[in-house]
Amino acid sequence: MSVPILKHGDYLIASIQTALSDQEVLGLRDDLAERVGRTRARGIVVDVTALDVIDSFAARALGAIAATAKLRGAKTVLVGIQPDVAMAMVQFQLDLAPLKTALDLEEGLAVLQGSGGEAGGDGR
Amino acid sequence: MSHDTPSLPTSALRPPAADAELLPKLVAYLRQMRTDLREEWARRITGEQLLRVMTEEEIFSEVTAVYDNYVDALETGSVETLQAYARDLSERIIRRGVETHEVLGIVVLLRDVLARSLFLRYQEDPELLERVLNSYEPAANRIAVTVGVSFVEERERVIREQQAAIRELSTPVLQVRDQLVILPIIGAIDSRRARQLTEHLLNAIQANRARVVVIDITGVASIDMTVANHLVQTVTAARLMGASAIITGLSSEIAQTLVDLGVDLTMMQTVGDLQGGLEEAERLLGYKVMRDDAPSVTATA
Repeated sequence: MSVPILKHGDYLIASIQTALSDQEVLGLRDDLAERVGRTRARGIVVDVTALDVIDSFAARALGAIAATAKLRGAKTVLVGIQPDVAMAMVQFQLDLAPLKTALDLEEGLAVLQGSGGEAGGDGR
Repeated sequence: MSHDTPSLPTSALRPPAADAELLPKLVAYLRQMRTDLREEWARRITGEQLLRVMTEEEIFSEVTAVYDNYVDALETGSVETLQAYARDLSERIIRRGVETHEVLGIVVLLRDVLARSLFLRYQEDPELLERVLNSYEPAANRIAVTVGVSFVEERERVIREQQAAIRELSTPVLQVRDQLVILPIIGAIDSRRARQLTEHLLNAIQANRARVVVIDITGVASIDMTVANHLVQTVTAARLMGASAIITGLSSEIAQTLVDLGVDLTMMQTVGDLQGGLEEAERLLGYKVMRDDAPSVTATA
C-alpha cells in the first residue's frame, strides 16, 4: 500500500499509517520527490505518529527523502516520533541528520512556516 | 529420606526420623497448655526486652494468634496459613520499627518455651522424649524459618516500594511556560535512573507539547562516562520529538570530568545556571520578559 500524499497550501503531507516494507519506503521517497517538483511545494511533513518502530533502513530512507527534497527546494520535517521510538532510536544510534523534527503535524507546519522562534529539533 | 542416611555413632546426632503418630499427641498437649505457654512466651518476650515498641496487650494478642497458627502448622505440616499470617504481621510491625533480630528472637523463644514444656512433660521416659523431640524439632525449625523468611521478604518488599517511591518523586518534569518544561535532576544517576528520566521527559514533552527542555544538573554531584552518554542520548531523543534541550548547572568539576573523559558534547547546548537556561529557552521560544517600571513588590515588615 502506497502512502497517500496530501497537499496543504505550499506543503505536502505524507502520513504513514502502517509499518512500511523497504520497497514501500523507497516508493514514498520517489513519490515525494516527484510531487515536490510537480506541485512546487516548499515543504514536506512526514508524519510517523502511527509507527512503533523506525529501523535503520527507514531512518536512512527518511534522511534520503529530506536530502532529495532539499535539492528540489523543499524543507522536510519529520513529526510524531513516539517516546518509545525515540528511546529505541537513540539506543541504536540511528541518525536522522538532515531531517528537522517536530512534535506533531501542527508543530511541523509551524516549523515550515518559520513561526514561533528558533526552538525545535533538528534530528541530529 | 532419613532411612538412607548412614547412622552416626551417637543416636542423639542421628537425623530425626518422622514419627507420624506422635505429632497429634504433641499438638493436643500444646493446645491443652495453650494458656500457660503463651503467657510464659509473652513474659519471656517482655523479659528479653523484645518488641519494645508494642504494648503488653498488643504483644499478648499477637502472641495468641501466632501460637495458634504455630500449633496448627505443627499439626497439618502446612505452613501456608502461618506464612500468610507472618506476612501480614510483618507488614504491621515493620512500619513501627520492629527489627529483624527481634522477630527471630521471638520465634526462637517460642521454640524454646515449647521444647522446655515438652521436656518437662516427657522427661520421665527418655526414649519417648527423644521421639517427641525428633517429631517436634524439624517441624519447629521449618516454622521458624518460614516466619523469619516471611519477615525479611516483607521488609524487602517495603524497601522496594520505598525505592520506587523515591525514584518517582525524584524525577519531576515541570512546565514553567507554554511549550517550556524543566527537568531538575538531583542525586546520583545510574543507568536505570537515566533511562527512567529519559522516559519521563519524553512523555512530558508529548503531554505538554514542549518545544524546549531545560535539564538542570546542579544537584548531581558527579558524573561518569556512562551517565554522560545517557545525557547525550536524552538530549538526542528529545530532539527527535521536536524539542531542543538545554543543559544547565554543570559544576566546574563535572565540566572538567567531561572534558577529561572526552565525551562528545558538541551537540549539547549548555548554559551556566538555571536562570541563564530559562532565559535562553525564552529567547528560543520568542518570549520577551519585560520589567515593569513601577515594581509592585514591596517588603512588609
